[in-house]
Amino acid sequence: MMSDSKKDCFAHGGVLLFLFALQFFLPAYHHGNMARIMVLASYAIGYNLLFGYTGLLSLGHAIFFAAGLYGSGLAISQFGFSVGVALVIGVAAGCVLSAVIGALALRTEGVAFMIVTLMFAQAGYLTVLYFGEFTRGDEGFVLAHADRVLWGVSLSDQTSKYFSAFSLFCVSLIMCLALVRSRFGKVLIAIRENEERTQMLGYNVVWYKFCTIILSGSISALAGATYALLFGYVGASFASVEYSIYPLLWVLLGGAGTVIGPLVGMIFMFYLIDLSSGVTTAYMLVAGVVLVFLAVFAPQGVMGEVRSRIWKWLS
Amino acid sequence: MMTTTKTVAEKAASKPTRRDALRTLGLGGAVAASMPLWARYAGAQTAEPIKVGFQVHRTGIGAAYGRWYDRTTSAAAALINEQGGINGRPLEVIAEDDGTDPKRGAEVVEKFAAKHNCDIGFGTLFSHVVIGSAPRVGELKLPYFVVSEGHHVASGMLNRYTLQPGITDVKSQVQAMAPFVADNLGKKVTMVFPDFAFGHDHRDYFTAAIEAQGGEVLEHIAIPPTETSFTKYFPKIPRETEVIYHVMVGPAVLTFVKELGEFFGPQRPEMFGFIDSLEAVDIGSPGLEFLDGTYFWEGNPRYAQENQSEYDAFFRERVGVDANGASVSDPRDVSTYAHMFGCWETLHVVKAGMEASGYRGTQDRAALIEAVEAMTDLPHSIAHPQGAKVFNGKTHQVFGKQYISKVVDGKMLLVHTTSIEDTFYPDEVDYTTQSL
Amino acid sequence: MDFGPYLMLAIMEGALTAAVLALTASGLALVFGVMRVVNVAHGEFFMLGAVLAWWVTQLAGGSPVLGFLLALCVVPVLVGMLAAFVDMTILKRINYDPERTIVATIGILYILQQVTLMTYGPEARPVAPPFNARIALPWIDMSDGTLRLYWPWGLSITSYKLFVIGAACVVLLGLWALMTKTKLGLLMRATEQDREMALAFGIPVQRIYAIAFGLGAGMAALAAVLIVPIQQAHYLMGGDPLLLSFIVVIIGGLGSLPGAILAALLIGLSDGIISIFFSPTLAKIFATLFVAFVLVFRPKGLWGTGKP
Repeated sequence: MMSDSKKDCFAHGGVLLFLFALQFFLPAYHHGNMARIMVLASYAIGYNLLFGYTGLLSLGHAIFFAAGLYGSGLAISQFGFSVGVALVIGVAAGCVLSAVIGALALRTEGVAFMIVTLMFAQAGYLTVLYFGEFTRGDEGFVLAHADRVLWGVSLSDQTSKYFSAFSLFCVSLIMCLALVRSRFGKVLIAIRENEERTQMLGYNVVWYKFCTIILSGSISALAGATYALLFGYVGASFASVEYSIYPLLWVLLGGAGTVIGPLVGMIFMFYLIDLSSGVTTAYMLVAGVVLVFLAVFAPQGVMGEVRSRIWKWLS
Repeated sequence: MMTTTKTVAEKAASKPTRRDALRTLGLGGAVAASMPLWARYAGAQTAEPIKVGFQVHRTGIGAAYGRWYDRTTSAAAALINEQGGINGRPLEVIAEDDGTDPKRGAEVVEKFAAKHNCDIGFGTLFSHVVIGSAPRVGELKLPYFVVSEGHHVASGMLNRYTLQPGITDVKSQVQAMAPFVADNLGKKVTMVFPDFAFGHDHRDYFTAAIEAQGGEVLEHIAIPPTETSFTKYFPKIPRETEVIYHVMVGPAVLTFVKELGEFFGPQRPEMFGFIDSLEAVDIGSPGLEFLDGTYFWEGNPRYAQENQSEYDAFFRERVGVDANGASVSDPRDVSTYAHMFGCWETLHVVKAGMEASGYRGTQDRAALIEAVEAMTDLPHSIAHPQGAKVFNGKTHQVFGKQYISKVVDGKMLLVHTTSIEDTFYPDEVDYTTQSL
Repeated sequence: MDFGPYLMLAIMEGALTAAVLALTASGLALVFGVMRVVNVAHGEFFMLGAVLAWWVTQLAGGSPVLGFLLALCVVPVLVGMLAAFVDMTILKRINYDPERTIVATIGILYILQQVTLMTYGPEARPVAPPFNARIALPWIDMSDGTLRLYWPWGLSITSYKLFVIGAACVVLLGLWALMTKTKLGLLMRATEQDREMALAFGIPVQRIYAIAFGLGAGMAALAAVLIVPIQQAHYLMGGDPLLLSFIVVIIGGLGSLPGAILAALLIGLSDGIISIFFSPTLAKIFATLFVAFVLVFRPKGLWGTGKP
């Protein structure tokens, strides 16, 4: 009999192997979709660290995603940096921004935290519009194919796109898994479950939260930077409030506080819209009804239900 | 990607079966990871309909435009099919909603190329969706015919697979207005525009153009995109303003015009606006009485004029638009008449391009691009009901006449038509130097 | 325009924004206070109010006054009943769990938007105001030591805008009376303070919830009916009111009705006044950051009672 911890590792390793193998079987359309899904699922993983494990509900994560997106995009379009450097700049932008916002927002909690993060993200969105000279505002700008080459590999190529997205997802998932299985992660869960008791046990709760915000913001920025580099478009819609709500939705659907939940939620939402739009023009209606049903019948999200009913050992 | 440059014959010959794919997998990850993807981009089937992937704004902020783009496209496709299709093959329009969102837009063009195996992508209006989709289109080598009036194509920002042959761009529209404004309305202008890229284009191009006419812009008033009330910005309009140049988009434009009227009361300066503000809106709506006597740019006159061309009459009839620019089945359903002709004209350009290049299937996409690039004069005809046009193959942008109308008794009366030459500006890009 | 009249104009416009916002936000605050859930679909009830107002005025035919009065009476009730129905069929079943409520109300948001798009369409449609006279306002000028009354260029308001501000005050007074002077208000306040205790005392908490939810949505719809002759009905118009009333509710101190109204005044007025001094987009950036910093330094809201 395998130990639960081993099962857990194998299960997540299996998911990664499956995603790797998938690229050889998927038809072209779904191949492209999966690349996109994995990038956005990494964003959701970043979000889940803060929301699902630490219990901090942010409504402003789009600013971190956009920091990566614009950090790397502008580094290339305005300063002509290479892809590698641009990626680092994107993540650094997210890291710094999350530290600043984290330091301020952690003075609040609960709904006030939601609003403070929402407001900072709105200010970020408006800032993108304000500097339209460089960002082209809502229209956004494109990164030329020739500028999107990493170590001689063109990121606009289908195969390398999938592979880059997969690598990003691997990094995010393994990091998340390692973190939540570590002592640090256990403290985070303790904070989520009972913040006062954790504090009384001598943990510096605010410090743990602060570190998690930075980590979460940086992963989100990494996903944003990768999105810009793989798909060649940087636009203000990614900084809008919708892109703060989406990760929350994906995480809740897939299962908050599960490592694989963000991916499941993202796949679910993507194909829900994609498939229903093939059947009816009223696909939003379908999406709406499904969301209501999920809220009623699967309160912990897909993976949360799986964990509470079948695989109790799942991280 | 090595694959799309291969001919279809090669593709068909080397098209692997699923078992082959499995065997390849057995060879090991490193080799497999770089496995070419031609398997997934299967070749075209001949004697099939020509598939036009229509990226339509069914939901989201562009829905009012999308509905009329949809109707115009259906009417144009029906006409082309009645006339025998393209190269003897019927035209099939495959519409996908992009939600007026650049991310979904890129996914949709991918769906056209990879899932529906469309011959071209077509029909996008909102600039951010065009720009969001264009990189993907270039990678997929899918000819992408946009109907957006943005300057993004001619500015050189996009790529050789993106063309705009059916509607003029904002830069040419705006600069062609300056002589009329300076000569007839006044030389001291205050501009009110939305504070994002579309508005900035107006700001930059019109300011330069009016200065070339000896006029000046006294004040630029940029309105934040999320704004729903406007009166508080109007005091920034200088007293000595002779003309207010306004262009707003989005559902709040009615409020904007109404509040402008309430602000000025009886003593207003001359006003010149872009009809974009009031597309799909009845000029006779309550609160818009204030617009009487003001001037508008129109891409195509919404109200049937006295000297209406037979082509315009035919176009109206086929799309189902009455003499007031509203749906024949519901007079309250006002069309986006100043823009939607672009869908009709673009589909006819596609037809002409496919016939000129002897287009057979997706392997001839590059030839289609070259055939369209070779076009120059597009005469006023059933295919081009808005007026004669000149296509610039280097910048992938079409140029044409612009119309200026005056609101008289709740209707718009054409008062000025620019020449095509008024809309020219020096080339900013030569897409033909890019590889196909 | 001179500074004085400009400020006056900005304040009046701000007051209008504040009036509508106070109505919408007090609906959200009521729901939040009594039920402790975030209703993401609140803005859609606002939108529905505007769209239904258009329908009703169309049905009423010619007279704008009659159509408007009819809409004012019928629409909030219709929307309120729909909301109560949503509460009884959906929210009740998910036990008012905060997170599940977010997912479910996002779903309801999609449903309401799509149904409106399919029936009402994508256009922005105006409703004729019942009356709308432009009232030019005077200003006092000090020159050469004498006071002089003059009519500055552009300084004006319409009678309808004044009516909206007045009507909002009346409705808010009515709501205050309902909450403090009636039995229903008492029951709602009891439920708000302690649900378990309320249950133990035999208060039909379930029914109170449905009423609160319906009342909250009805307030949003009423605000929409009032504003629709100024702004047009459009199927995506619910986003901004949701965001703003959300902010107002939090700044005002969770679930506190007077707090929400004060916060609405603060936000509405500052929105108008800040726009005098900065370029509009920059003004919006400062306004949003201002809200963030208010909360950073007063995490419980400006008039919060302590319960987060």
